[in-house]
Amino acid sequence: MSIAPPDLPVGKNRGALDSTVDAEASGYVEPKTIRVKKRLTSRTATIASIIIALLWTIPTFGLFISSFRPAELIRTTGWWTIFTNPGFTLENYQDVLLSTSSSSPQLGSYIVNSIAIALLATIIPLVFASMAAYAFAWMRFRGVGVLFVIIFALQIIPLQMALVPLLQIFSTVLRPMQAWLHDVVPIIPEQNYLPLWVAHSIFGLPLAIFLLHNFISEIPADVIEAARVDGATHGQIFFRIVLPLSVPAIASFAIFQFIWVWNDLLVALIFSGGTQDVAPLTQRLAELTGTRGQDWQLLTAAAFISIIIPLIVFFSLQRYFVRGLLAGSTKG
Amino acid sequence: MTTADLLGKILQVVMGLVVFAAIVGLLIFFIDKAPKKGRDYWQLVGFLAPAVILVAVGLIYPAIRTSILAFQTNAGDFTFDNFVWAFTQPAAIRTLINTVIWVLLVPTFATAVGLAYAVFIDRSRGEKFYKAILFMPIAISFVGASVIWKFVYEYRSGDREQIGLLNAIVVAFGGEPVQWLQTDPINTILLIVVMIWVQTGFAMVVLSAAIKGIATEQLEAAQLDGTNGWQRFTNVIVPGIRGSLVVVLTTISIATLKVFDIVRTMTAGNFNTSIVANEMYTQAFRASEIGRGSALALILFVMVLPIVIYNVNVLRKQREIR
Repeated sequence: MSIAPPDLPVGKNRGALDSTVDAEASGYVEPKTIRVKKRLTSRTATIASIIIALLWTIPTFGLFISSFRPAELIRTTGWWTIFTNPGFTLENYQDVLLSTSSSSPQLGSYIVNSIAIALLATIIPLVFASMAAYAFAWMRFRGVGVLFVIIFALQIIPLQMALVPLLQIFSTVLRPMQAWLHDVVPIIPEQNYLPLWVAHSIFGLPLAIFLLHNFISEIPADVIEAARVDGATHGQIFFRIVLPLSVPAIASFAIFQFIWVWNDLLVALIFSGGTQDVAPLTQRLAELTGTRGQDWQLLTAAAFISIIIPLIVFFSLQRYFVRGLLAGSTKG
Repeated sequence: MTTADLLGKILQVVMGLVVFAAIVGLLIFFIDKAPKKGRDYWQLVGFLAPAVILVAVGLIYPAIRTSILAFQTNAGDFTFDNFVWAFTQPAAIRTLINTVIWVLLVPTFATAVGLAYAVFIDRSRGEKFYKAILFMPIAISFVGASVIWKFVYEYRSGDREQIGLLNAIVVAFGGEPVQWLQTDPINTILLIVVMIWVQTGFAMVVLSAAIKGIATEQLEAAQLDGTNGWQRFTNVIVPGIRGSLVVVLTTISIATLKVFDIVRTMTAGNFNTSIVANEMYTQAFRASEIGRGSALALILFVMVLPIVIYNVNVLRKQREIR
């Protein structure tokens, strides 16, 4: 990725957004001569930005504090009175995670579900999309260009347009397969991850193909040609050259898709069946806000558990995450 | 969760991975062993087939089918009733109006606050930290954000101490606590606040990058001409980032039109807060009104379409200039 001011042309196929983000994310350093103070109005600006920053953090902070307060205190006092009404407990987390009583949220199995769903729902579109992106970029045929534009355009279709018929297709095609699998391997419940994997993969494909195509098409033609001349097959070129070279784009999409699937509610509601066997964390949390809306000791801890993984990814892989997110901001 | 459950889940994931790897391996094997005659063509088909088939079956066909379902009764006869319902029933009209309010307020405020913040923190000390703070909500799921804000809006009746921040502030200033989420029309505004909270970080990051792209000479020249901060902002910065502004506004508009989770989690569309994306789910999957749900999905698509076209046009023009 280049380190260049965003108004320089950085690579022909990269969108305006992408290049600006590159410069921004890589901590673009100004030349010394122009590194002068030129902020608008210093004092007011600082105060205003601190106020905005506080406004944006306080809600999350309140949730975080509350999740460590005893239920009785949450119910009777505001979290901002923590110093006058001190109390610290890990019971809330114990309750939502470990308790096996039927009335507790039992988040353990939902965490497993979220991981299981997000894992394959990231890998499948990633592989299929990079194959398609390679073909679109390096196999010249009539009509291929049109096909690419069509797939690119599919990004604008709202998920809502696909849900009803897709559910019908799944119940005729996937349902028998799931039932058969349950008969053969009884340990796998009849409600399994298959519909969610397939649905998320489909919805992730257009963006993935677009992102990866931008990157793969910029691999120098010499590299591909040389491999062809040496007698490499398309399969070899794809696995040995294209995939290793595309790691930055793959990482961007993988992180974006993982977080997107992890945070998704709509697809889960429709395709998961809502049981402990399949439903992800978000669906459980949404359900809890409905059924246990007053039990804030549970809700705060459960919510914090559900947001902690994306936050970790965000803070550790911020750069890839931002790039993937900006490219995919209209997904869904 | 019993051990058997966990084993079943792990087994599913392993099987999923193995089957998927086998499919891809077989595919690549056959691609490389394609018949000599028309080999390039078969290889192309092999590489494209999985993605194209999935997208055709899972997106293109369903989208067409939804468009047809929108014009059918539940029995399958042709009808305009679904659209008549969507544009005449008071509740449905309210849904449309709410959607318009959302799509007007969210992009405007998210962009305005994001831009102001980006300008304020530009080249200040700790800029990265400031950015991370505002950007963080984007990583949080809409469901998580809804819980966070539901807690802020929490209401306690009578003389009990308020545990929701908003009501606590109201009471501290001598007001009466309000059942925020049940009170129309303030509840819609409060749901919109959640979406603004999520989207502002996105606007800020993009606009901040754009501001850094403005030539420093321009700003210095303006400064030498004796302009004040506001004049430099309106005459140099804003024209300099117009393209990014449009992209941010349109992108957030599209995201706002499609957002479903916030309304679903916080009010489930009750108390006159429903929007098209949520009502579509309610009609199609809760009330089994497939036709109405499909009509709403189609309306949503038609609302998104012009914004996308405009967005693409702006992006293309921007690229031509470069």
